[in-house]
This record gives sequence, structure tokens and C-alpha cells, in this order.
Amino acid sequence: MTTISRVHWKTRRTRMSQDRRLPVLVTAGLFVLMFGFGAFRYQAYGFLDGQVFMNLFIDNGYLLVAAVGATFVIITGGIDLSVGSLIGFTTMLTAWLVEKQGLPLAAVAPIALAVGAFAGYLMGYVIHHFEIEPFIVTLAGLFFFRGLCLVISKESISISDPTVDRLAQTHVPLPGGSFLSIAAVVSLAVLAVAFYVLHHTRFGRRVYAIGGNEQSALLMGLPVAGTKIAVYTVSGFCSALSGLLFTLYIQSGDPLHAVGLELDAIAAVVVGGTLLTGGSGYVIGTLFGVLILGLIKTLIQFEGTLSSWWTKIATGVLLFAFILIQRAMTARRGT
Amino acid sequence: MAEPRPVLEMTGIVKEFAGTRALSGVDFRLFPGEVHALLGENGAGKSTLVKVLTGVHPLDGGTVAMDGQTVHITSPLQAQQAGISTVYQEVNLCQNLSVAENILIGHEPVRHGRILWKELRRRAAELVTRLGLDIDVSATVGSYPLAVQQLVAIIRAVGDAGTGPGTRVLILDEPTSSLDRGEVEQLFALMRRLKAQGVAIVFISHFLDQIYEICDRMTVLRNGVLVGEHPVAGLGRVDLVKLMIGKDLDELEELGEHHTRHAAGDLLLHAEGLGRTGGIAPFDLDVHAGEVVGLAGLLGSGRTELARLLFGADRSDTGRVDLDGRRVTLRAPNDAIGRGVAFLSENRRTEGLVPDLTVRENILLALQAARGWTRPVPASQRDELVAKYIAALDIRPADPEVRAGALSGGNQQKVLLARWLLTQPKLLVLDEPTRGIDVGAKAEIQKLVVSLSEEGMAVVYISAELEEVLRLSHTVAVLRDRRLAARIVNGPDVTPGRILEIIASGEHR
Repeated sequence: MTTISRVHWKTRRTRMSQDRRLPVLVTAGLFVLMFGFGAFRYQAYGFLDGQVFMNLFIDNGYLLVAAVGATFVIITGGIDLSVGSLIGFTTMLTAWLVEKQGLPLAAVAPIALAVGAFAGYLMGYVIHHFEIEPFIVTLAGLFFFRGLCLVISKESISISDPTVDRLAQTHVPLPGGSFLSIAAVVSLAVLAVAFYVLHHTRFGRRVYAIGGNEQSALLMGLPVAGTKIAVYTVSGFCSALSGLLFTLYIQSGDPLHAVGLELDAIAAVVVGGTLLTGGSGYVIGTLFGVLILGLIKTLIQFEGTLSSWWTKIATGVLLFAFILIQRAMTARRGT
Repeated sequence: MAEPRPVLEMTGIVKEFAGTRALSGVDFRLFPGEVHALLGENGAGKSTLVKVLTGVHPLDGGTVAMDGQTVHITSPLQAQQAGISTVYQEVNLCQNLSVAENILIGHEPVRHGRILWKELRRRAAELVTRLGLDIDVSATVGSYPLAVQQLVAIIRAVGDAGTGPGTRVLILDEPTSSLDRGEVEQLFALMRRLKAQGVAIVFISHFLDQIYEICDRMTVLRNGVLVGEHPVAGLGRVDLVKLMIGKDLDELEELGEHHTRHAAGDLLLHAEGLGRTGGIAPFDLDVHAGEVVGLAGLLGSGRTELARLLFGADRSDTGRVDLDGRRVTLRAPNDAIGRGVAFLSENRRTEGLVPDLTVRENILLALQAARGWTRPVPASQRDELVAKYIAALDIRPADPEVRAGALSGGNQQKVLLARWLLTQPKLLVLDEPTRGIDVGAKAEIQKLVVSLSEEGMAVVYISAELEEVLRLSHTVAVLRDRRLAARIVNGPDVTPGRILEIIASGEHR
């Protein structure tokens, strides 16, 4: 029998710039920097009050949930444009069922979630089995669900249900006198579950494998079809959950709720360091992406003299910067 | 003496594609613990046979038996479950995942649905070590060189990771085409280990040296027909090649005289101190009209990088280039094309051929680009030119309307050559033009290079095969570690051994 010379293969480059966690660290660092800037500039206005930080979660919990769903899709290399419409539809459906049909919220919530998940499942099914670009399928979803909102009602439906009211008003106390809302706690729970699923279950690893190389995943005998459909189902479910949280936050259903929110979600995911080409990214990054988008709003509110559309400008600039950073990183990795 | 029972026996295999027979009555036997070469020119039916075996294509006739039992394999997954694993030329792994995950994904150890990461890494490390490789299994696959990735793919294929019976038959389809010598050694060592464990290996390769080094027996196909099953030791190379192409190689041998002919053209290209950080150290190079300059060196020694600088595909940071005695700045390929430089990339599928266009469209692409979009080539002239080059290069099928992607590798290469020849370049840069194509097409391309140079065209010829470089070149430039190590005027005293010495030691003389 022959023996083998034991050559120790070194990885080609072990430089820091090759680390897939780097984008997340950059995003986290940027958040700390921006927060520090706020703390320094608006010290006198109570920026360092713990509640200012907690409000980031309270005001953006629904976005976090939607962005977590989008992270799953984007890691597989896909995209989901139906998020905002599904959120809007969920607010309408919930408000209509609770207010006009008199159903209890406990019954309505599972219905809304099931509808969202099923919508995602259908889109995933079409994307995979008819080999159609996710962009166009979910774009159809975007129009479809926005249209359905108007079928339910052309007017906004405000909710006066006592359960909704109570859930919306409940403060979850934290040490140090600050508090979170129920929605914020739910969003953090979703984040934790998503992290666990992506990193500690076979399903999660398949999501990464498909994003890395779908063809290889197929040849390795992985159930690519099921996984891809499941990913869109997850996104649909997250959209519906996000819609429920949004309903709590706004306490109404409106056909024009969350217009374009899918783009905020995608922006948060990208700023959080997830590659749009798939295969690389972390939900923790998405958390920081959401927090940064929220912090921009907060900073502009504290500034007081700036109008709110500066949020959009700042988001645009950030997105640009992060896409360029990603490009630089993938280009180096590619050679 | 009783023969051992074959682990796999294919009898009378027939496969038709749209009425043409790709395989007609082929028999194939594979014994446990042997490395079996599957040989033949491109289009002889090697890949078809493999695809029939692995369930990619359904059978049209014949039987497949494993251990004497007839089996019906209708999908790659079924083939895997039956113990037949395939590793393709293109490494099918997920670059973004760790080595450990790539080996075990789909079979990760779990408890209550939670992946046991420690156990997963331990198991992967064990498989890797058992097959004699020493790598960090928690690093991503993408951070390792291609050779290691190939080994990882093999480890995944044979790793017994699933619950199946384990791999009995391992098919390696052109595994060495992008590996350098040392990496091939690693692969062979792994193959020998598997062989010792009783795995039967089917080895498909165009490198005859490798076949004689590693294989025990061989099956030769020609035009979908079995032309012989031989022990490797019992058949000489010349006879093997004769079997494969069905004719003698006299044509090729005639070329042996070529390098003694003197190239006396004018200086065409003069590069001085040309270099690119991270690509190739600054070098000087002269190419005369009618001269063939061969670039020899290992994979990754900077051959391709040098060629890309000459074509402007990469920008140089240092040095200068004179073409026809005039200083030029090559910022992009267009600058080079405009000055009569043509470049045939080593990645013909991704950097050359447009597979969905027809042969005709592919051939006309560069000429049209050189003329500009406002001056289309007249239709009559188009057909005439295409017909002329299809005939001159013997492109098969000789049908200009065939989708280029459907051609065999050698014919695709000829289409690309035709594309460039149409623009009548002064300097032709060929990067591995004969890699992965069959012996017959190889000889034709080599002959073409010789006749082009005789007509006064300058050629820069890159090849991993030293014999080929020596046979064709007037001047040999040897690259080593991304540096031009030596330039030698070719002559009878220049042997592969001497070139190898330079590659190995970096010393000239």
C-alpha cells in the first residue's frame, strides 16, 4: 500500500478582510459610532436615557421581523418584494376581522399568520417549479396583496378592540427603569429563533448551501426544492407577523400601510452585511442594519431642524457605501 | 485462474440521442480495487456512458449489474444509494461553507434537530485524516486551492457519510485538468488509498502519462463503440493512441522538425519591465513575426497573467510595450485587438465561446467587433468567410447554424480560433489551446499553429505540456513563481528535462 506525504495545506489567505463576519463587525462598529455621535451631540437632550435605545426596538420591531424573513430569502440568493404589501394586507385583514367581524384577536392572529405563510409558500412554489425569477414572482405578489387590501376596504379601519389596546400599551419593564413593548420582545424572540434555525439546524445550513451554489447543493443530494419553497414561506410568515406587530403599533388597518417597506427590509439586510448574491450573511447583521436605520431617524428627530426625508438620503448614502464595501470584498475573494 | 467477480458489469449498452447512436452495444467491466481508465476522443461516448451509469440519461438498451445483480438506476441520487459516486471536473461544492459541512451536509449529526457541531467537525476531521489529508476542516472550502477542493469533493463522495452501503464505484471525470503536478500527486495518493480499500475507480483523463501512472486497466471507446479492454501494462502509448483515433500519428510526428527552422521575422512585440503587482513580476519579452514563443511553467506560475498583460485584459503597473516599433498603452482588450493582437483564453467556456449563439455567429463575433457596429459584414461575405474557416479548421459538424455550445471541446476551440483568425491578427496569444481536447483535434491545432507561424504570424503559446511547447516553439520562456525565469532558444539540446530543471530550481544552466 502506498503512503501519502502529509502536506499541510494552508488556506490561501487568512487575512481579516476574508472573514465573513467582517461586514457584521463593520455594521456594528458603525452603529456604536453613530450612537456615540448622538450621545455626544444631544447629551443635554437626554440621548443617553436608556429609553432612547429601547425605543429603537419598539419603533422598529416590525421592521426587524420583516427583515429577518428577508434575510432568509437573500441568503439563498433570492429576493422578496411582496413584504410591504403582505404587511399592509395583514393590517387590513386583522383590522377587518377584529373590528367588522368581531372575532377575537387570539383567533385572528393565527389566521393572519397562516395566510402570510401560505402566500409565501405559493410564491416559493412558483419560483422553484416554474423556474421564474423571484424578483418577478414576488413583484406580482406585491401588486396582488396591495390590491387585496382595497378589496377589503378602501378606507382605513381603526381598531378599538380592548385586547389590541392592552397588548399595544403593555410595558415590559427592564432593569434601569426603561421598558420594551410586547412587539419589541416578540421581534427579539423571532431574531433569536432565526439565528438558531440558520446556524444549528439542517434546514438553516441548506439555506446557506443553496446560496453558495444551488447546482452543487442539488448534486450533493440536498432537498433544494423544499428548502427554497420553505424560505419564501418563512418570509411570508415573517411578513404576516410583522403585519400583526405593525397593527399593534399603529392600531389600525390601512390599505396604504407599509408601502415600500420591503425596500427598508432589504436595505437593513444589506447594510447588515448579507450579500445579495447569496450564501453569506448573519441575522445579527440584520439586527444592526435595522438599528442603524432606526438610529438615523432618531438622530434626525433629535436634530429637530432637519425634515424627515433626510432619513431617506442618509439611508441611500449608507446603502451605497455598504454595497461598495461588499463589492470590494467579493472581488478579492473571487480571484 | 478464476477471475474475481466484477463489482460493476455493463453489457450491450445502447444510447440514442434523436436518432443518432451515442453508444452502440458497449460492454464495460469494473473490478473491485482497480483504477480503470475510460478513454476515447471527445465525442467517443465516455461521458454518455458515465451519465447512463449514474442515471442522468435513461438506457435505451443493455443491462447494468452490480455484484451480479441487475440494477435499474434512474437518478443520480439512486446511483449514490447504490454506491456509485461521481466527482465532476467542475468542483461541486459550496464555497461559502466549511470543509466539514461540505463533507457532511445532508448527513449532519443532530440531536433533537440541533446540529452537533463538535461531532460534525470531529467526524469530518476523521474522514479527512483517514484519507491522508491534513487540512483545517472548519475553514471555508473557498479558502483552499482548487486541488484541495477536488480532494474534499472526493472525500464527500466516498465518505460513507450517509446510511448507504458506502461507495463501491467512484467515477472521476477529468479530475486533473486544472491541477498542477504536486496536486496531481496528492490526488493519486488518495486514489491509491481508496483502491487499497477495495473501491473501484473509473478515471477519465486526457493525460496519457497519468493514465500510465495510475491505472490498472483501460477501456477504449471510439464513436460510441468499444474498441478494446486492455491491461495498461499490455498496451504501449503509440498503440493506445492508434486505438483511440483509429489512425497513425505520423502527422504529429512530422512536426518534430519544426523547431529547427529559424524564425527570422521583424521584431513585432517588445515588452520591457512589464509587470503587475500580485500577477507577475516585471519581465522583458520579444516576439518576432513568424515566431512561436512557448510559455512553460506550472499552473499558477504566472503564464496566464503574462498573456493577459500582453492582451490588455489586465492593466500593467510597470513597464512598457512596443508593438510594431510603436509605444502602445494597453488599457483594455480593445486596444490590443485594434493593434492586431488576438487572445484565446484558457477558459473557453466562460471567457470565449457564447454557447447559445450559432457557430456562425460565434465565428463572426470578433470581426464584427473590430469593424464596429455601424459597418456590418455583408451577408454574402459572411457566409463565405464562415464556410471557408469551417472547412479550413475542419470544424465538425460542418454546419454553421449549430449552437456552439453543442460542439465538443476540440471543435469549440476551433470555432474560437476561427473567430480570431478572421480578424487577421499579427500576434496570436493562445492560452492552453489544447487542454481538455482529444488527441486528433490537438494535433490539428498544433499543425495550424505551425502553418500560421510559417505564414508570418507571431504566436505566444501557453501549455502545461512541455513536449507540446518544445515541439512548437522557436523560443521557450520558462516561468516560475510568477517570474520569467529564463528564455531559451529552442534546439535539439533543449529537452523537457532541462525545462523541468529550470521550473524546479529556477536556475538556468
